Amino acid sequence: MTSSSDIRQTFFQECDELLEALNDGLDEIAKTPDGGGVDTETINAVFRAVHSIKGGAGAFSLKSLVEFAHRFETTLDEMRSDRLAPTADVMKVCLRSADHLATLVACARDSVEDTSGAGLELHDKLAALSATPGQAPVASEPFRATALPVDGVPDLGFQPLALLFEDLAPEPVAATYHIQFTPTRQLFANGNDPVNLIRGLAELGEIDVQVDTSALPDLELMDWAESYFSWTVTLRSAEPLQAVQDVFEFVDGCCNLVIDVQLPVPPPIPTEEGPIPDLVASAMTPRAKTPVAPTEKTAGQSKGTVRVDLELVDRLINIVGELVINQAVLAQRVQNAGLSRLSDVGAGLDEFRSLAREIQEYVMAIRAQPIKPLFQRMARISREASDMAGKSVVLEVVGESTEIDKTVIERLVDPLTHMIRNAVDHGVESVEARKAAGKPEVGCIRLTAAHRSGRVLIEVADDGAGINRPRVREIAVNKGLVPAEAVLTDAEIDQLLFAPGFSTASEVTGLSGRGVGMDVVRSAIQGLGGRVSVSSTPGQGTTMAISLPLTLAVLDDMVVDVAGQTMVIPITAIVETLQPRPGDIHRVASLGEVVAVRDVFVPIIDLAETFGLRARSGDYRNMVLLVVESGDDNRWALAVDSVRDMRQVVIKGLEGNYGHVPGVAAATILGDGKIALIIDPEEAALHARQQPALPAEPLAEEN
Amino acid sequence: MSLTILAIDDSRTIREMLRESLFNAGFDVHVAVDGIDGIEKLPEVSPDIIITDINMPRMDGFGVIETVRKRSDFGALPILVLTTESAPDLKERARKSGATGWIVKPFDDAKLISAIKRVCAR
Repeated sequence: MTSSSDIRQTFFQECDELLEALNDGLDEIAKTPDGGGVDTETINAVFRAVHSIKGGAGAFSLKSLVEFAHRFETTLDEMRSDRLAPTADVMKVCLRSADHLATLVACARDSVEDTSGAGLELHDKLAALSATPGQAPVASEPFRATALPVDGVPDLGFQPLALLFEDLAPEPVAATYHIQFTPTRQLFANGNDPVNLIRGLAELGEIDVQVDTSALPDLELMDWAESYFSWTVTLRSAEPLQAVQDVFEFVDGCCNLVIDVQLPVPPPIPTEEGPIPDLVASAMTPRAKTPVAPTEKTAGQSKGTVRVDLELVDRLINIVGELVINQAVLAQRVQNAGLSRLSDVGAGLDEFRSLAREIQEYVMAIRAQPIKPLFQRMARISREASDMAGKSVVLEVVGESTEIDKTVIERLVDPLTHMIRNAVDHGVESVEARKAAGKPEVGCIRLTAAHRSGRVLIEVADDGAGINRPRVREIAVNKGLVPAEAVLTDAEIDQLLFAPGFSTASEVTGLSGRGVGMDVVRSAIQGLGGRVSVSSTPGQGTTMAISLPLTLAVLDDMVVDVAGQTMVIPITAIVETLQPRPGDIHRVASLGEVVAVRDVFVPIIDLAETFGLRARSGDYRNMVLLVVESGDDNRWALAVDSVRDMRQVVIKGLEGNYGHVPGVAAATILGDGKIALIIDPEEAALHARQQPALPAEPLAEEN
Repeated sequence: MSLTILAIDDSRTIREMLRESLFNAGFDVHVAVDGIDGIEKLPEVSPDIIITDINMPRMDGFGVIETVRKRSDFGALPILVLTTESAPDLKERARKSGATGWIVKPFDDAKLISAIKRVCAR
């Protein structure tokens, strides 16, 4: 199926060809002195070129183009009918008009208004040429003279005929029409059929048909082309007279037609009454000035929306996921078959991949929704929470138009509720404490959403007292989460908030201290493939940041080898990859092994060791280091054996079957059908760093 | 059973619009670029109805109508004239040469289709 924009394109292409033909023709005519002996076909071709532009322009409602083309065409028609001689002056106007026509076409193509101002002047000049017959002999063929569009009604030729019966008779009243109809032989000769006309009447209402066959002669006297029947039709219809007349529009002049109208109430359309209405006149006059309804309809078409069952969208997303896997499998097979990526098959596969990617993006866009409703809900939560806590808090919201996957939004409700309550309960101080600290009495919580480098960042920031780190450390020691003698950095203390079973509120409040803590928030966010981090400045407040992948389905990943295992690492986390020289590796007491990346020491995390696949070798010469960055700007260098590939993978959750494995975000199926783990680099790094200080056993006991 | 239509117009734009509108309305559409082409395609297409433009090179719409009407095989076909002019005398001339009906350009789909249905026996 061709779309209307394709047809529009065709129209402008055709216009270019027609304008070329027009100019060629006009040049040809202009070359001949005073038009003597100009080929009529040349003039016809010139006329047709303008005529065709007008016809097409009318179809696209290009009003100024239609008007000017019509004026130009009228003058050319005079020339065609020998009423206007193609003198040098006339040709000058014609050539300039051709130029202006080209300008108008270009304007229409770019959907801009013509600002050249040449239109009116040329319009008048062309009109003047048509009005004065010039030196040429008058029309030889009388029908041509009458065929000319009448100057008084120049609009007739190009006003689209909108069938707006409603406008003529707004209140439909059932009327009775008595129609007497006797076709002439011309009606049959023209391919019309009385049966079709009667069917047309039947569509308007109830009909009663009687055929008069009395004029039918004996068989041997019958002329097959002659018309012998006449019909009397009684029609009861709410349609106006115009509709009845329209049925006979094509046979006017080929039949004797009498339409009698009996209206039960005073006639709503008195002007159209009369036993033998002038079909043409009544058809043309009232409608010539009718507004261009169809065009307005097209122009007014707003962005439509469709309601779709969410389950259908989810299924679609799953299938798109399968499609991406399928593409990877195919790519692998093609590679195994020894076909290069530059081969036809390889190129086709690349196309396939980019298409699959595009489909995926659009499907995800279907599910994307602004985060606003969620934020509005949070505003309510914060009001409730501050009322209960007897605190005065305002929630400031930023970026509520940020669009996120609908499922993600739904699954953010609980964690975000918890974070907001925490911020009110533990973050913002009491009114007295705020006064004492010289802060405004009303506390402020800022809830922010933003897209950042392929992820969604949501922050809850309060302007409270900040994390009481000595107290956090004390609780952690008391609960046996950390050994009493452990040396902890501020960041490590902050991380303790996420430890299972941790609660800093000295007494359990009705709000946040319900035995569940930030660990629940963290696992909920991890379930979405995201991370949550915390930062705090004493006296100024605490910021909790959630970083989420844009999609739940597909991820751009780097495929790496680690001790014979294939693992994938999200590309968004990777800042750079490097192969270290021996001199780059150093040992630092507080950080262990580090690599110097542009004079900054980055701790090395040996993934093979982290996942217990082999003992740390300490020899990174033949390994690759992937420098990854966390949301709070911490950097680590993940050591892997080699980098294999970069590709899109479909995320398959593991938690349903295995629970949360530290450092592992999810799994995926690779092109060769093998399963690979998707690493959460930050968590893997933290897990590796915490291992000495935070052994697994005490944590397990705590649960 | 869908109607077969032969549409004759020298404008590619109009041909494409006709093809699109009529195809979408469920008709079987064939096009010709001028009167001569249309007459030549007649036996091959064997249409139920002809729609023709008036202003065309080689043979215009009146030529098409007159030629078709003289034929014994396709002489009784409904022929609709697609015209930019709606001046009454042009219709008169179309009717005299044997046109079944006319549609004024620019046409809207509904009007075109209803005109086709109106002149074609079901």
